[in-house]
Amino acid sequence: MSIAATEKQRLADLAKELRLNIVDVMTYSGGAHIGGSLSIVEILIMLYFRCLNIRPQEPDWEDRDRLILSKGHAAAGLIPALAMRGYFPLEQLKTFNHFGSPFAMHPDSRKVIGCDASTGSLGHGLPMAVGLGLGARTLKKSFKTVCIMGDGECCEGSVWEAAMALAHFKLTNVITVVDRNRLMIDGGTEEVMALEPFAEKWRSFGFEVLEVNGHDLDQLADAFDRAWSAHDRPVLILANTVKGRGVDFMEGNVKWHYASADSSLAQKARESIGRQEGGI
Amino acid sequence: MAAVTGTTWTCYDSSTMTSREIYGRTLAELGKTNDRIVGLSADLAKTTAIVHFADAFPDRFFNFGIAEQNMFGAAAGLAKAGLIPFASTMAIFACLRGGEQIRTDICYQNLPVKIIATHAGISFGHAGTTHHCTEDLAVMRSFANMTVIAPADGIETSKAVRACLDIEGPVYIRIGRGFEPPCYENENYDFIPGKAVEMHAGTDLTIICCGIAVLQSVQAAKTLLEQDGLSVRVLNMHTIKPIDKEAVLKAVQDTRRILTIEEHNVVGGLGDAVGSVIAESGKGCVFRKHGIQDEFSLIGYAEDLYAHYGLDANGIISHVRRMMGMEFEADENWEDD
Repeated sequence: MSIAATEKQRLADLAKELRLNIVDVMTYSGGAHIGGSLSIVEILIMLYFRCLNIRPQEPDWEDRDRLILSKGHAAAGLIPALAMRGYFPLEQLKTFNHFGSPFAMHPDSRKVIGCDASTGSLGHGLPMAVGLGLGARTLKKSFKTVCIMGDGECCEGSVWEAAMALAHFKLTNVITVVDRNRLMIDGGTEEVMALEPFAEKWRSFGFEVLEVNGHDLDQLADAFDRAWSAHDRPVLILANTVKGRGVDFMEGNVKWHYASADSSLAQKARESIGRQEGGI
Repeated sequence: MAAVTGTTWTCYDSSTMTSREIYGRTLAELGKTNDRIVGLSADLAKTTAIVHFADAFPDRFFNFGIAEQNMFGAAAGLAKAGLIPFASTMAIFACLRGGEQIRTDICYQNLPVKIIATHAGISFGHAGTTHHCTEDLAVMRSFANMTVIAPADGIETSKAVRACLDIEGPVYIRIGRGFEPPCYENENYDFIPGKAVEMHAGTDLTIICCGIAVLQSVQAAKTLLEQDGLSVRVLNMHTIKPIDKEAVLKAVQDTRRILTIEEHNVVGGLGDAVGSVIAESGKGCVFRKHGIQDEFSLIGYAEDLYAHYGLDANGIISHVRRMMGMEFEADENWEDD
């Protein structure tokens, strides 16, 4: 047990709140990548509310830690998390996807305050993280860059180009997280394009692999603490998650990769989230 | 000056005069006064001459191996950290292998990444068509926020590399393989991105060109004046985007005959950029686009290919003579022929 009970309860409450906000975004926006947003809720909460050294009142602070959501389609998770952290009012989420809104299905770093990279085309985040890692080293700055990828995203060759570079340049200031929810659009990752032996692949590329339950706040806290102090090899946090986590009828079901919701479905989802014990 | 004779070209001492050598040395020079400059390559540091920067500033140079997607993505990341990345590889690998990273990571986020792409056009002719690049101007000018420059020679490359530091967003500079003869005699001229340079005065026809075609066009203009008494204006349109509309429209008004010449597919490059300006002006003129006519270029040494495609002075002269015999519709009657 690495975090105090009160701290854990605070984070669990925030995770629940973020899930409810994600459901709201799904209704405001007319449709969202709900499954893959719900699967990274604890990861986002752990980062934005515990790990990242950031200043929401000074979003461009040059020494801030960076978070690149390489699986940009989970903007429906990232953007409400940024609102909860104080970058902009939650009220603004009502504009999601609407004409002229800063918020869309994929995040735009020039429009979304607090968003460190425009992403959406998969396989782009980790190379950008390589650049931020090299940049921090060149400028003798101590900030970290965390890159969250989807597991299906790892079919992209550019991910492995970046993985080689992270190990080659010994960029321990970059922390890579893979949301291993085992589903991509067309089905299970192992059916569409097998990733296994997945951890072994990362190890052979020179990473220290920390495999965790991506919904377990204790395990995530331990893993990020360890990753933050890495000094010889880059760390990959392989977070085993459940797509759609927290909404019982969505969990593990590929059809909730992207979905719209009317008010009654959204209400069902909220009730399911409300029945959850903590965030665990 | 050591000279090597090609089929129709004379190539001078490449170590002192070529555009890529001058690029590498200019960047190394700039690195002394601007510590935000970092260099990137994808296993082509020597080939692109960015090695001069790498040797001078090993801590500010990163070789990504043969991985252009990662290099351009990392360039975006370096720019986000506050640095000014200069990324160099061959043009074809920049614009197409790393194209989406350039579009989405660099241009969409409007980051100050400077891409210096070598071996553009058919300059690496004998490498085979996989290594030719007659598409980059079309690709790059279609990316919002991108400035696209094709310098005429080494001197202009040096000026472009310096000037691109003053441009806030991304810049694409295309240069050749490095065996191109110099066009300018010295640095005593103003290089302003987006402003064409008049290389030869004229009132009968205007050649609008870029890159290696500038020197050949100037030579053609001189010959046409001597042999035919034709007064041909030559505009070095070194910046393809943003295009110098004013210079194009003045040329239309003054000469009513416009020939564009580019070492590129005639689809999407300089000719189309100039043609759009003319079409939107509503002014009638004789207009021809000269370059690679929408085909994959042949294999061969660059000078032979330039001659084959009429991108040398002889080819340009033929085009101008043909165009002088053409008439444009001066009135609004489209039914009279």
